[in-house]
Amino acid sequence: MIPEFGHFSLILALGLSLALAVLPAIGVYRRDALLMQTGPSIATGLFVFLTFSFGCLVYSFLQDDFSVAYVANNSNSALPLQYKISAVWGAHEGSFLLWTLIASGWTLAVAAFSRGLTFDMKARVLSVLGLLCTGFASFLLFTSNPFARNLPFHPADGADLNPLLQDFGLIVHPPMLYMGYVGFAVPFALAIATLTTGRLDAAWARWSRPWTHAAWAFLTVGITLGSWWAYYELGWGGWWFWDAVENASFMPWLVGTALIHSLAASEKRGVFKRWTVLLAISTFSLSLLGAFLVRSGVLTSVHAFAVDPSRGIFILVFLVLVIGGSLTLYAFKASGIKSEAQFEWNSREAMLMINNLLLVVATASVLLGTLYPLLYEVITDGKKISVGPPYFNRVFVPIVCLLFVAMMVSPFSRWRKTSGDVLVRQHWPYLLATPVVVCLVTYLVTTGIDLIAVGVETLAVWILVLLARHWWQAGSISSASQLGMMLAHAGIAVAILGVVVTITYSEGRDVRMNPGDSLELAGYEFTFEGVQKVRGPNYLADQAEFSVLKDGEFVAKLRPEKRFYSVAQNVMTEADMDAGLLRDVYVALGEKVGASAWAVRVHVKPFVRWIWLGGLLIALGGFVTLLDKRYRRVTKPVSNNAVGSSV
Amino acid sequence: MTFNKSLLIPLGVFALLVVFLALGFRLQNPHLLPSVLIDKPFPEFELKDLRETGLLRTVADLTGEVSLVNVWATWCPNCLVEHPELLRISRETDLPIYGVNYNDDNEKALGWLARHENPYEFSVVDDKGTLAIDLGVYGAPETFVLDTRGVIRFRHVGPVTPEVWRETLLPVVEHLQGISGG
Repeated sequence: MIPEFGHFSLILALGLSLALAVLPAIGVYRRDALLMQTGPSIATGLFVFLTFSFGCLVYSFLQDDFSVAYVANNSNSALPLQYKISAVWGAHEGSFLLWTLIASGWTLAVAAFSRGLTFDMKARVLSVLGLLCTGFASFLLFTSNPFARNLPFHPADGADLNPLLQDFGLIVHPPMLYMGYVGFAVPFALAIATLTTGRLDAAWARWSRPWTHAAWAFLTVGITLGSWWAYYELGWGGWWFWDAVENASFMPWLVGTALIHSLAASEKRGVFKRWTVLLAISTFSLSLLGAFLVRSGVLTSVHAFAVDPSRGIFILVFLVLVIGGSLTLYAFKASGIKSEAQFEWNSREAMLMINNLLLVVATASVLLGTLYPLLYEVITDGKKISVGPPYFNRVFVPIVCLLFVAMMVSPFSRWRKTSGDVLVRQHWPYLLATPVVVCLVTYLVTTGIDLIAVGVETLAVWILVLLARHWWQAGSISSASQLGMMLAHAGIAVAILGVVVTITYSEGRDVRMNPGDSLELAGYEFTFEGVQKVRGPNYLADQAEFSVLKDGEFVAKLRPEKRFYSVAQNVMTEADMDAGLLRDVYVALGEKVGASAWAVRVHVKPFVRWIWLGGLLIALGGFVTLLDKRYRRVTKPVSNNAVGSSV
Repeated sequence: MTFNKSLLIPLGVFALLVVFLALGFRLQNPHLLPSVLIDKPFPEFELKDLRETGLLRTVADLTGEVSLVNVWATWCPNCLVEHPELLRISRETDLPIYGVNYNDDNEKALGWLARHENPYEFSVVDDKGTLAIDLGVYGAPETFVLDTRGVIRFRHVGPVTPEVWRETLLPVVEHLQGISGG
């Protein structure tokens, strides 16, 4: 009975989202204040029913109700409790229910925290969000019902959750990612609502900023967790694979980053307004495109959900309606928007323009690399090609290196015009000292000097040093926004350092080892002690034991496993590592290659933690800006020509 | 208000993208995507033929043509549900269907086939369930689509109804036959 309640509640949610799309819009059209104000209560109802529906699905998983097809396909009675809960979003149907729930959550948040918006504007924004929720809820009900039953004959036990997903990272990664994807619907809705009024003022940019920052920070956490999970769970020691689905999450992040910077310029100086609106539309469009790529089966990926052609068609039509519709609106309405302020080539505006151009070009390069296999297949009628990391490294990396150069100086540039004094004269000692120090450290610690690595490391250290100097000199930070900016930029620098050092100085070997064998790598001595059988809740494992020593001193005991999940009939490699701020020691167990010998993969990866540490710092920066008092002040909409000019 | 043509550029770019996505979507058969379960060779086995008890069948008997492997049993009510469809497929197409008689009694199984007709080229006797375990079967019926080399390319859990055949299995079979033919 409970799944039917969930299903029914989902149907009610569809009705409510339709009401949310229509009623406030009618209110705006008829200038009916009562109808305009229906939004918040409908949004509350929508959120309540979706939460109830989601709760019913969780309950079905906890009760091992295998008559529900989705539960039977993704759970098993032996599955540990925490994975029974995370299995709810372990496959297509449930994860899309979560997506829809999160969309309604953002909608409710907009309804609750939008005191700065006029009634008219609030009604328009909620109506756009209602329209999106209608699309999501009908997609669920018509193509992907998670409550569909397997009656009258249902399996006695479930097929179990994919073992790759039975992991802490996967409990948290999708919700964070969806918070980001769907969160970009808010600036999108604000942009669409503003386009329909035809008035783009500084107030619009100010409303959009905290929502954009919040969504972007969640997306950052999601991507970081995904990378971390890939590193320890896939057993290859890699942390980014330029996989189509990773790219699908990375593209909205890149454009979202551009949007954050462009919004700042639009709010403070009234420039780039048309461009900012286009970015707001593009960011959410790329989120939707990502959903299409993952769920339609157009692209092949390790992450792809099980697919069904009707879903792909539904999403494609939805994309055409939402993105095509908003770009049409943009084409006809944006010509009324004028940006009036002038600026010099060395102004902060110019820096932000460079930032935007580079980020958009970087996104385009990722988009092209992601879709190229598809284009190629369409053009050549079925021939397949794959675009791998070499393309991305060659095209994407130089673009972002240029971006880092701009990042060094832009935080200290001024609006309108920056004097050469700020850019060079105050900073030259740091600019000169940094490369010398980096070279010296590299020379002392490592064996050879890799010029490109030293160059990029210097860039990263420059960013950090100049930020630190700025902090030091300013004495205190003037606002949460500024603190957030500095944290996020520092996070980028930390992540760059992690990436460069890991790529350049990691050492790894694949070897065949017998119990008792030792191996020397990067100053560490690995001894293979042996293998024993271990039984987990829903798997059997061969667990190896390695002791790791450095200079004769004990460092760690590592126990990588090769697990066999009996229900899902899957073999999984569970790597083990000794994590540290300066280096990770990583051992993965491969195949058994003889009577007692095993294939073993050993890595020593310096600074690899810095990649995720940087990612978390970036996200923290995004969240800190939300504390800025400016966003909580109730302000009247500012008109077009009264643009503030603070720093 | 003057209309600015350059504002149409984003819409144009998007339209181009949609055309490609739609074409790519039409082109690809989503069921052939790799997953953890498919694209693995059919597990090795050595099992008795249900009808000619002296004959041992191995995985080599399943290769050469695109085929269906159907896991069935007399104790399984859904196997009876899908039986007419399997019979129709075996009559109307030249796709070989192989049976895996799972955890069953030989006498009953032979009687069942005599009563309801036999759609299978042959069935193997998996009375200990060893093959079913290797296949990861958790309930009958299950149907696997094998390519010419005997690699599992698709797995369907549950009865093969006319809809399942038309919308799910047939496209996969035709795609695989198309690959091997061309």
